[in-house]
Amino acid sequence: MAAHLLLVILAVVAACAGAASAYQPGSAEGHTIAGRIKIDAASAKGFGLPAKTSNTKVILNGGQRVTFARPDGYFAFHNVPAGTHLIEVSSLGYLFSPVRVDISARNPGHIQAALTENRRVLNELVLEPLREEQYYETREPFSIMSLLKSPMGMMLGFMVIMVFVMPKMMENIDPEEIKQAQEQMRNSPVPSFSGLLARANS
Amino acid sequence: MAPPPPRRLLLLLLLIGFLAAASLATLAAAVYEDQVGLADWHQKYIGKVKQAVYHSQKSGRRRVVVLTEENVIASLDLRSGDIIWRHVIEKNDLVDQLNVVTLSSGGSILRAWNLPDGQMIWETNLQVSKASKPLLHVLSNNIVAKDNLVIVSSGRRIYAISSIDGAISWEKEFSLDGLEIKQVVQSPESDIIYAIGLAGSSKLNLYQLNVKTGEIVKHIQESFPSALCGETVLGSHNVLVALDETRSGLYLIEFKGESISYSKVHISDLVQGLSGTVKLLPLLSNGVIALQASSTVSLLKLKGTDGLEVIQSFEHPAVVSDALTITEKDEAFAVVQHAGSEIEFVVKFTSDVSNEFIREKINIDQHRGNIQKVFLNNYIRTDKSHGFRALVVMEDHSLLLVQQGAVVWSREDGLASIVDVTTSELPVEKDGVSVANVEHDLFEWLKGHMLKLKGTLMLASTDELAAIQAMRLKSSQKNKMTRDHNGFRKLIIVLTKAGKVIALHTGDGRIIWSNLLPSLRASKSGEMPSALRIYQWQVPHHRVMHENPSILIVGKSGADSAAPGVLSVLDSYSGEELNSLRLDHSVAQIIPLTLKDSSEHRLQLIVDSHSRGHLYPRSPDALNVFLHEMSNTYLYTVDIEKNVIRGHSLQKSCDNSDDEYCFSTKELWSIVFPSDTERIALSETRKMNEVVHTQAKIIADQDVMYKYLSKNLVFVATVSPKAAGEIGSAAPEEAWLVAYLIDAVTGRILHRVTHHGAQGPVVSENWVVYHYFNLQAHRFEMAVIEIYDQSRADNKDVMKLILGKHNLSAPITSYTRPEVMVKSQSYFFTYSVKAIAVTQTAKGITTKQLLIGTIGDQVLALDKRFVDPRRSVNPTQQEKEEGIIPLTDALPIIPTSYVTHSLQVEALRGIVSIPSKLESTTLVFTYGVDLFYTRLAPSRTYDSLTDEFSYALLLITIAALVAAIVFTWIWSEKKELSDKWR
Repeated sequence: MAAHLLLVILAVVAACAGAASAYQPGSAEGHTIAGRIKIDAASAKGFGLPAKTSNTKVILNGGQRVTFARPDGYFAFHNVPAGTHLIEVSSLGYLFSPVRVDISARNPGHIQAALTENRRVLNELVLEPLREEQYYETREPFSIMSLLKSPMGMMLGFMVIMVFVMPKMMENIDPEEIKQAQEQMRNSPVPSFSGLLARANS
Repeated sequence: MAPPPPRRLLLLLLLIGFLAAASLATLAAAVYEDQVGLADWHQKYIGKVKQAVYHSQKSGRRRVVVLTEENVIASLDLRSGDIIWRHVIEKNDLVDQLNVVTLSSGGSILRAWNLPDGQMIWETNLQVSKASKPLLHVLSNNIVAKDNLVIVSSGRRIYAISSIDGAISWEKEFSLDGLEIKQVVQSPESDIIYAIGLAGSSKLNLYQLNVKTGEIVKHIQESFPSALCGETVLGSHNVLVALDETRSGLYLIEFKGESISYSKVHISDLVQGLSGTVKLLPLLSNGVIALQASSTVSLLKLKGTDGLEVIQSFEHPAVVSDALTITEKDEAFAVVQHAGSEIEFVVKFTSDVSNEFIREKINIDQHRGNIQKVFLNNYIRTDKSHGFRALVVMEDHSLLLVQQGAVVWSREDGLASIVDVTTSELPVEKDGVSVANVEHDLFEWLKGHMLKLKGTLMLASTDELAAIQAMRLKSSQKNKMTRDHNGFRKLIIVLTKAGKVIALHTGDGRIIWSNLLPSLRASKSGEMPSALRIYQWQVPHHRVMHENPSILIVGKSGADSAAPGVLSVLDSYSGEELNSLRLDHSVAQIIPLTLKDSSEHRLQLIVDSHSRGHLYPRSPDALNVFLHEMSNTYLYTVDIEKNVIRGHSLQKSCDNSDDEYCFSTKELWSIVFPSDTERIALSETRKMNEVVHTQAKIIADQDVMYKYLSKNLVFVATVSPKAAGEIGSAAPEEAWLVAYLIDAVTGRILHRVTHHGAQGPVVSENWVVYHYFNLQAHRFEMAVIEIYDQSRADNKDVMKLILGKHNLSAPITSYTRPEVMVKSQSYFFTYSVKAIAVTQTAKGITTKQLLIGTIGDQVLALDKRFVDPRRSVNPTQQEKEEGIIPLTDALPIIPTSYVTHSLQVEALRGIVSIPSKLESTTLVFTYGVDLFYTRLAPSRTYDSLTDEFSYALLLITIAALVAAIVFTWIWSEKKELSDKWR
């Protein structure tokens, strides 16, 4: 259902060539890294955080520069020197892979991008989250099974088995043997449980 | 049917009881959503406000947009002071109204923000020269259709940007060399804007530009006989007031259509006894200007076009606000000054300055210091008269809204700039004080339990869930002001940049006390003291139990490194200043010693810039203790500029003073790094207060490894000069990082590792874990170094240990050449890291966790087992039993192990871990612009029941068991009886 409504339009544009140059007179060496962040709103669920781009930050080179995504998800860094750069996206509730961006000095305008986590090469700089992050442990809904699985439930269950199943098992044992065992028990000095309780009551 | 033998039943019961107890410990895992706020708290701050713009639309909440020194732009609710939205942007300069427009990065990035939710609408990159101060001006009336133009000027360049989409509608670069635009003024009627600039220092230029096209309509230039300092203020619509270079005279410059005429006024003729630097305060109109000297603020009025007269002078500290347009002709401004313990808030109109429209006295907490800024706002009362309110910024960076003679709300925004953190225990509970807040009402009690039951059965509505949460918070007793058994309740004492010391309760983060230290406040002579560190000064134990603990605050009285230090001692329970000391030497390094004197004062050694040590406290008792240990005290200094690490020992008494608390130092060793290949990036040592449980580590094959535990181990990281910059600036082949482990006593390098193609940042601990960027793989990496003592490796024979033929009790000395074994490993880590810390527990038994502050301002808890150099790809069965995790190339990021769960600590700077009395649990305090506190159990709470533990279920089980016992007893009795009758 997560319809990819907006297809990729803008990839990576060098500032010194193309339409953007009108905005940037005299920027001979600076390049522009422009891209888009795409978070599927339909798949966003969970802990009440809307999939809004307003709390999405884009970070260049570990904090050298920070920018924000526009409502449509576009972002840009201007005046970036040629070289290899790293772009990180910080958005609460999503895990983004950092992106390696190579801006070639010899070949102006030629920019390459690749995800560093899985080394996937990006044709366009469209960043999608690798996964959603659930910060909370989800609580199991209430069920009889979970109650029974708890230590106390197991205690009770075990006792029920002892009370009702054990006698059945005892029946299968040779009555002679039982008699013998009971004889032994009577002779032993350890007081029986029922006797103990009876004495306490009297 | 024979009954089960009763004795066996008893045994079984016992066994099951044991099993149950054992499995209880595994109940606690990560945080459930409904547990948020039980053990943790989060506070949002913005920092010291430097600009405020009011937005009072007809509909919706009234709000104010503020820009702060912590580079935060935030929208605050004017009624409550709550943050509606907030962004931390890079170094910013200016904000202007209408749409919220900010100019940042030295004027090169202009952004517009959506007022209701803080979404960025557009961003425009401007080409500006970094040296000049940029100006931002939003043209306020809609001459150009509905599109308002935003004018940005910087140097000799001027831009006009559409406020709708951020497109540059025109730009103009003036041809004049050295021109710097100082003011952009809009003509009220026509499509003309005036740009006033200075070329050189004495040539004034006035340009008239067409708003729509940016064409120069007219250009007038005028030279002045003496230079101008650049501060100009538009006095009225055609008179410009400028300060001259000596700051002793004012030029009144009048524009008359085609020409400029000027006259000069000496300030000393107007105001007597001015001292210090004179400043022109920006923008008061209707011919009123304000002049600020170090001791007074004077209001001056233009007399015609060639004279000025003083209307009123206010003694410092007084603050004047910007003018606020009330009617078309009239503007109001506020003057705030101190009067005893109160502040006086005076509102005047520029048309009639001698009269006061409002004079209110407002009582303000003494610990807020002087007023620093005031932002005036007006509102229309129900009777159509004008009312005024103002935001006041105080010396401790707090923000207050004053209205009708009272403080409506206040924000303690000094907490956004924490410098250092320490903790203090709370007072011991006195006898006779009732602790148990017994639920007196049985009905209430029953109702509470019914609600809880509903909650457990997932039948409760949202309201009821909230009620349960509130009840839990109330009953947890976490907010009491006394020490608790587990050591969870403490005071977190923080030192802020403003020199304010604030104590926060760990239960809910409320402020217990605060104190703005007089010794750290800016003095009249203009020196700016800075707060440095905070230490525990006296931690009373058995002998001096009746005394309150105290803390030591170390500061500097000036900005440069040779400025004398200031010390101040505060009571931890009340925040009162017990003692304040102005030192006669500077503070270069503070070494908290592990020694204590007889009154339980912690000894501190302060090293000054001449590398002399000074001992505090200055008492004969402390001196005796210290002299005893002096020969074993070594210190090292890291000189980043000279690229040298030096080790020193202490010698008795200084050379040329008879101060017996002063010690000279002798250089023992030094390591000089070749500055063309290595630059010191970072040095780190072990935390002095860290507790280590055992020296031995038993590994899988029943073998023992001995940890090399030396308090004198220093970790130093150097990077190649080219790699010292940002990530994109160096090629992999010219960047490397070298990590050293150095013994601080002898200067011996114990270990050295080179990471090619790597560059900082680095952080370290006991075993060293550091984080750096690998340029070849282009990913961040974390590396671990563990260091083991090989000389003790043959102490494995039990017989030897019994017979005493071991060397475990032999004294450890740094002078013998240590035989060490070093293991290291490195892993990929996804994020950039802002801070790393390690969990500290009371006895050091619990497994450690690394607390990693990520670039997304979250804190990730990573088990130390993931950064164990003994990890291998295929661990043997034995190693698996030991808990060694198979080696992976990257460290895992598990979302549920984020300590901060779904919160962010904006602009995270530091993580502090504080041991509690309970071995399993540590307290974690994270600070940046926000504060976050939580309780963490790295190996789960194995020594206590969790809050989640269901006592009701336990009771029910016990009751059921007892019932079963009684039932079986009756049954067996009956059986026996019938057997006997038979």
